[in-house]
Amino acid sequence: MKILLFGIAKDIIGDSQLEWELTVEQKTSEDLLEALKQRYPALTKLRSIALAVNGEHANGTELIQQTDEIALIPPMSGG
Amino acid sequence: MIALKSTNDINIAEITDSVKSDSCGAIDVFIGTVRNNFKGKDVAKLFFEAYEPMAISELTKIADQVKEKYQADKVSIVHALGDCLVGEIAVVIAVSTPHRKASFDGCQYAIDTLKETVPIWKKEFFEDGSHWVFSHP
Repeated sequence: MKILLFGIAKDIIGDSQLEWELTVEQKTSEDLLEALKQRYPALTKLRSIALAVNGEHANGTELIQQTDEIALIPPMSGG
Repeated sequence: MIALKSTNDINIAEITDSVKSDSCGAIDVFIGTVRNNFKGKDVAKLFFEAYEPMAISELTKIADQVKEKYQADKVSIVHALGDCLVGEIAVVIAVSTPHRKASFDGCQYAIDTLKETVPIWKKEFFEDGSHWVFSHP
């Protein structure tokens, strides 16, 4: 899957999107977020980091599939 | 009207007109502009980026919430994307309600919620570098 990256998360990972192959252990959005934090520990230093699944804020329990559109959401700051 | 636009394409009169309503005696318009300083440092410009489809969806949700919570008739929210120079418009929120307090409150709710839930990110540029801004550092 492609994980879309924005703001400071894009700077940390170094690109605007990330190719990611889900493992069998990564069943929920929380599982995926934890795996991302393990691969990129700098993400854990942010005030908040979350996922959006198919354009909606994730609560951690969503079951995810390789075909889902995932975005990494660092702290927001519009306005 | 819910939209993401270049700051040069944001038209305050057009946004205000979009919420006019014969049943409403109040229109409140919040205009967020680019300030020239941050913690004593001179700001040269801001840059906004968004996860665009989700940002439009979240802005629409906020407009619907303002209609429900404050009995607003019409709500428009237009946010800038890309570069914004000092003094230029970053965001415009317009709310029409039957009475004035609700339109003030509706505007405040909309801008506060926008900063929490809408996937838009702001980068500040100074003479000596840049940084991403968090709404609650």
